[in-house]
Amino acid sequence: MTTSKTTLKVALATLGLAAFAAPAPAQQGLDEPFQKPFREALAGKTVAYVPVAMNFDLTEGWWAGMKKELEPFGVKFEIRDPNWSTNAGAQAVTSLISEKPAVMIIHNPDVQTYAKLLQRAENEGIYVIQINMGSAYRSSAFVGANWIEIGEKNAEAVVKACEGKSNKIAIVQGALSAATSAYTLKGVENVLAKHPEVKVVSSQAADWDAAKAKAITQTVLKQNPDLCGIVGFWDGMDIGTAAAVKEAGLTGKVFLATSGGGERKGACELVKSGGFDLDLSYDVPTQAADLAAMIKWLLSSGVKAGSVKGAAYTTLIPITKDNADSQTACWNLADMKK
Amino acid sequence: MKRVRFSQQEIVFAVFALLFAVFSIFLPGFLSPDNMLTLLQNVAVLGILGLAMAIVVIGRGIDISLIAALAVPSGLVLQMVQNGHSLTAALAAAVLFTICFGLVNGWLIAYAEVPSLFATLATGIFVAGLGQAALFQLDVVQWSDGMAGFERLGQGTIFGVPTSIVMFAVACVVVALLLRQTRWGAYIYAIGDNPYAARVTGIPSRPIVVLQYVLASLIGCFAGLVMAASVNSMPTRIFNSTLIYDVILVVVLGGIGLSGGRGGVVNVVIGTLLIGTMLNGMTILDVPYAGQNLIKGVVLLAAVITDSFLNPRNEETAQQGDI
Repeated sequence: MTTSKTTLKVALATLGLAAFAAPAPAQQGLDEPFQKPFREALAGKTVAYVPVAMNFDLTEGWWAGMKKELEPFGVKFEIRDPNWSTNAGAQAVTSLISEKPAVMIIHNPDVQTYAKLLQRAENEGIYVIQINMGSAYRSSAFVGANWIEIGEKNAEAVVKACEGKSNKIAIVQGALSAATSAYTLKGVENVLAKHPEVKVVSSQAADWDAAKAKAITQTVLKQNPDLCGIVGFWDGMDIGTAAAVKEAGLTGKVFLATSGGGERKGACELVKSGGFDLDLSYDVPTQAADLAAMIKWLLSSGVKAGSVKGAAYTTLIPITKDNADSQTACWNLADMKK
Repeated sequence: MKRVRFSQQEIVFAVFALLFAVFSIFLPGFLSPDNMLTLLQNVAVLGILGLAMAIVVIGRGIDISLIAALAVPSGLVLQMVQNGHSLTAALAAAVLFTICFGLVNGWLIAYAEVPSLFATLATGIFVAGLGQAALFQLDVVQWSDGMAGFERLGQGTIFGVPTSIVMFAVACVVVALLLRQTRWGAYIYAIGDNPYAARVTGIPSRPIVVLQYVLASLIGCFAGLVMAASVNSMPTRIFNSTLIYDVILVVVLGGIGLSGGRGGVVNVVIGTLLIGTMLNGMTILDVPYAGQNLIKGVVLLAAVITDSFLNPRNEETAQQGDI
């Protein structure tokens, strides 16, 4: 009997059907005991989403990605769009706490404003996941880019491009009140501390505004035509920086490194056209998938909100001329919403 | 002894000249022709907007919706081209949209007699919201291949002068001709000086008020196209910025009184030059952001205080108020 079964198994394996051979009485199915509780844990739960604003690539991408991943499980979604108003955002979070969704996805405008509120939410039993911009309170999960790393990598690339040249660089910061900008600047400073030969001729805030970035860069380039590199803090703003470099006829001579969400028109297309030399992407679809995974894990584990604290920092995709043409380096919103 | 009186325009010009002299002496590279062109280029869009605001303010109104007129029609052009429409069709749609916007503003103010401040505040928010909700996919509308060639409106040079400066100059000439050489321009001054007297003398004051707002919207749209061409995209979120205060600042600082009927293109140019010189000098000095605001505030306060010392409030302003 045993030998005949072995022979049978060998025969099936040779046919490439080994998988079917494992349970001896192959006629009956086997119940997987964990999927049902998982489905039950997700069905009918509400996920509330408070971005700083909708209508831009990052927040639209996270939203589309999470919905795509979780709606088939019966998860319900709710959105509160404060449209860049910190006050409206704080009010939205406060009112959500009393509505008791299962999970809150929070995109903080700064480090302090929501911190106390998020702690209260977790005390009430709501899981809080913070995205890309964390607050001073560490909640159950954080998903997002490591801004220090972005600053360091961009500064390293610029310093390298400057080797043997003038060693003069410029920094185009975002808004001074934004912690992302301050963290990125810290990363840049970390690298510059190791390279005393590099001179920062200008470090100005352009308020995430392309027109301001262009104006500043134009003036800086007129004063320092031998500038060898610029560290920009966001590709949506640095489209202005790139325009200034192009107008000065210095494309290819001034190395421009920036970062962003990797949306095709705003990132890959601009790297291809030579506007950016390096665009570090914190790939939004991956972040959305990370968010969805965190939600699945938290809901199915049933841990007490706030009792675990983990993070999933995003692996950055450096977009350069080499990969800007590839299908995977960038994404586009229209496809994600399909 | 005869008292010497200076107008605000002269005071601001003096402040500008002083700043300019100080920067020229102490900042190497400031006075270079290249930097002068950059200085002008950086404030060209602000200057064009200042012209639009000047037309309305001279006619004793104010147009808070100007930034919406800058952001939404030009964003619409980029979005339509991105969606596969031809550039001509997109431009035609944008111009039509802008004219409608100006007509609504003008109708509300001239015929429904809503105060201009409130009317344009509301329509501006409405149009910006319409853009965000219905017209644009994303806040930043990116350049697409169909726009090729159009970037020359804001980039490159014409006879060595950056195009955006040329556009500002063209706008200045057109507005100056309109205000000083045409009957419509004279009517705008008359209405701004005394709307009741203007109406009594038979000036078609309501249609002229509508005209002011249509012109302002069209110039705003033009400024938006220059800006979009200059940065290869249209960040429509600019509506949420403080740009409108800068525009009012340019106009008022230049000496166009908010009580209407006074000033002209020269005032806008002076106001724009002062702001441009400050911004440029501080960028070269690499003054931190907070410091820049501080300096801007001090210079403005100085101009306003000097003005109120040299030109104390008289009976007329006491009756009309200064807003």
